[in-house]
Amino acid sequence: MDALLLSRLQFAFTIAWHIIFPAFSIGLASFLAVLEGLWLASGRDVFHTLYRFWLKVFAISFGMGVVSGVVMSYQFGANWSVFSRVASPVIGPLLAFEVLTAFFLEASFLGVMLFGEKRVGRGLHFTATVLVAFGTVVSAFWIISANSWMQYPVAYGPGPNGELRALDWAKVIFSPTFPPRFFHMVIAAYLTTSLVVGAASAWSLLKGRSVEESKVALRMAVLMYAIVAPIQLFVGDYQGKQVLTLQPTKLAAIEAFWESRTEQPFHLVAWPDRAQARNHFEISVPKIGSWITSGATSKRVTGLRDFPRDEWPPVAVVFWAFRIMVGLGLLMIALGFWGAWLAWRRKGPETSRTYLRACVAMGPTGFVAVIAGWVVAEVGRQPWVIYGLMRTADAVSPVTPGQVSSSLIGFLVVYAIVFAAGALYILRLFGEGPGAGAEEREPPERRAPGTPLAKTPDDPDPEAAT
Amino acid sequence: MRLDLPLIWAGLIAVAVLLYVLLDGFDLGIGILFPFAKDPKHRDAMMDSIAPIWDGNETWLVLGGGGLLAAFPLAYSILMPAFYIPVYMMLLALILRGVAFEFRLRGRRRGKKFWTAAFAGGSLVAALSQGLILGGFVQGVRMNGLNFAGGPFDWFTGYSIVTAIGVVAGYALLGAGWLMVKTEGDLHQDARWWAMVCAVAVAILLASISALTLFLHPFIAHRWGWNGHGFDMSVFAPLSPIPLLGLIGLAMVAWGIRTNGHRLPLLGGYTVFLSGYIGLAYAFFPDAVPYGVTYRQAASADNALGLMLVGIAILLPVILGYTVWVYYIFRGKVSADAGYHA
Repeated sequence: MDALLLSRLQFAFTIAWHIIFPAFSIGLASFLAVLEGLWLASGRDVFHTLYRFWLKVFAISFGMGVVSGVVMSYQFGANWSVFSRVASPVIGPLLAFEVLTAFFLEASFLGVMLFGEKRVGRGLHFTATVLVAFGTVVSAFWIISANSWMQYPVAYGPGPNGELRALDWAKVIFSPTFPPRFFHMVIAAYLTTSLVVGAASAWSLLKGRSVEESKVALRMAVLMYAIVAPIQLFVGDYQGKQVLTLQPTKLAAIEAFWESRTEQPFHLVAWPDRAQARNHFEISVPKIGSWITSGATSKRVTGLRDFPRDEWPPVAVVFWAFRIMVGLGLLMIALGFWGAWLAWRRKGPETSRTYLRACVAMGPTGFVAVIAGWVVAEVGRQPWVIYGLMRTADAVSPVTPGQVSSSLIGFLVVYAIVFAAGALYILRLFGEGPGAGAEEREPPERRAPGTPLAKTPDDPDPEAAT
Repeated sequence: MRLDLPLIWAGLIAVAVLLYVLLDGFDLGIGILFPFAKDPKHRDAMMDSIAPIWDGNETWLVLGGGGLLAAFPLAYSILMPAFYIPVYMMLLALILRGVAFEFRLRGRRRGKKFWTAAFAGGSLVAALSQGLILGGFVQGVRMNGLNFAGGPFDWFTGYSIVTAIGVVAGYALLGAGWLMVKTEGDLHQDARWWAMVCAVAVAILLASISALTLFLHPFIAHRWGWNGHGFDMSVFAPLSPIPLLGLIGLAMVAWGIRTNGHRLPLLGGYTVFLSGYIGLAYAFFPDAVPYGVTYRQAASADNALGLMLVGIAILLPVILGYTVWVYYIFRGKVSADAGYHA
């Protein structure tokens, strides 16, 4: 394998692994801010118990997000040095602003949030939580801004040595695809977190643990599914219409349209074949493909055959990733309406064990949908790294396949260990439930003092218990 | 008034890297000293002393990488492929040690043991990698025009091995100094002993690195007035405060250890680092990639530098302000028995 393919594999692996954590921590930080705010406003202990519980989960996942994010600021140069040199005068400042406005804020106030409850007043502590939540959203702002410019570059010109330069910063930062993509990502993060919160709460309720706290958290999650999931459908649809005009090859790949025509069929299932430029095993609904993508069955939608073959993205991956994302999104909407109906016509979503099981099953789907969505965005942009301007193949560093294989193997091994451990520790917390820490409010500090876990009882260690 | 934007940004990146070294240096040093702790409780206290602040410290590394990308893209695009292997060694090591802060507390018996080792090993490998990058950088990068044209192991030389050990010893000195500030009792006494060992190692390594550096490249020798047999005093004399600063730092460490001071060894360690940093920076300035690409050639477009300068002028004071505030919030001693929340 050559350094290009290996570098692409490494980037795909490290970025897909990384996005799990921001997607979760953007939503979780906001959830924590809401919980602490509700606690301060209402004085109800249940909110504080939930806050302490989800803070422990946050500490674990945020750490994994930070360390896998540091990789990104070096990987651009190590593996994509030509891209870095050419694009940096335009998107470099956006990435620098992410560090300056978001990373420092998050990192500094996270310490206060985790360890400062006894050191600062309640108001300051709440401020720290809000600042961390704000930082996560600001970080998303800059990174989506940079990525949106790469999806549809505007307001740039040639520099003196073959690199690009920005002509209008406002237009670069708020490039046309940015607003819907930013909202789409933030909403996705909120949904992803709600699904995890809902699943963990439903699990506790099924096991009959921490009932009071879990009921509250589950209701908050259901409220999010019912309101946010439908909004996401509309934001996503708006974004799709934009892709039709701004990135027509991506759209054709998403829908596996090969020929240009009006009344395009919508392919529910198909096996796109790039070599033969057609689909196998199609199951399609006639005419509505045009309607879904452009708003009217009479609109002519361009197929891939009308674009040069060397500008086609991989079709099957994009087509299927899109269907996974949308399919899961529709299930989330259904879960929201079902829960709302239970709350309205029954005594609450927690009364149906079937519903609780469905919530548990849907727990990880937000992550799957986020990764699938990014696959659509990034693979759909291929063969370009900057759409229409620079090909991915021309962006790679002068490094050897041996170097890239060794770093790729390093990531596979280290990320497997870290992911397994992190998932285990988070699931273990979910198994204990939020109430586990609240029963003993002030345990003797057997744990390392000064940690977020200092106030919780030790893990139930079977060897120690016997 | 026209600002010299590339020069300002060269200064800003240099300050960011220095702050990174001084801040993350002591917390990497804690990890390097981890295996020498006599008591598991000491290890917990060592980690507690940096748990609330390590993340902010490491952010300066992200600013270093991101800032180099944004302000000097040409340098970034040459240096990262040139140091491909040590850069990724550093990143993987930082991942393992970074997650260890939380994971070590969540793990049970075997888990805790594993993450204790990961924290120590990760800190050591990260420091070694940074030292290898430093050595490779100072000895120069092979280029063909404006592209990296060297091999994957160019950075691996006798010189870079010495600088790598030097960085490890230096960070361990800062870590020991930090522990003398933050702890009391047995751990404080252990830290005092570690600081002494590290200070001796740093003195020897710094002297060796200084001497070796003079023979590394004619550019450096010329800079420092070294003619192969002795110093040209007219060049060297104005520069002599730089090595003198290092000696003063070492004296501060020695005096602090002798009098069992709490703050002096760390401040002395910082002074030694400052001297080494200025000395090396002077050796290759104005190159952003030694020896051939100056910071001016490597600089990004003026409008990009200008935009970021406006941003940093507003944001850097704010960042420094809340960073100091966070350190202030978590001031005072930690100890295994007293508890941090008290």
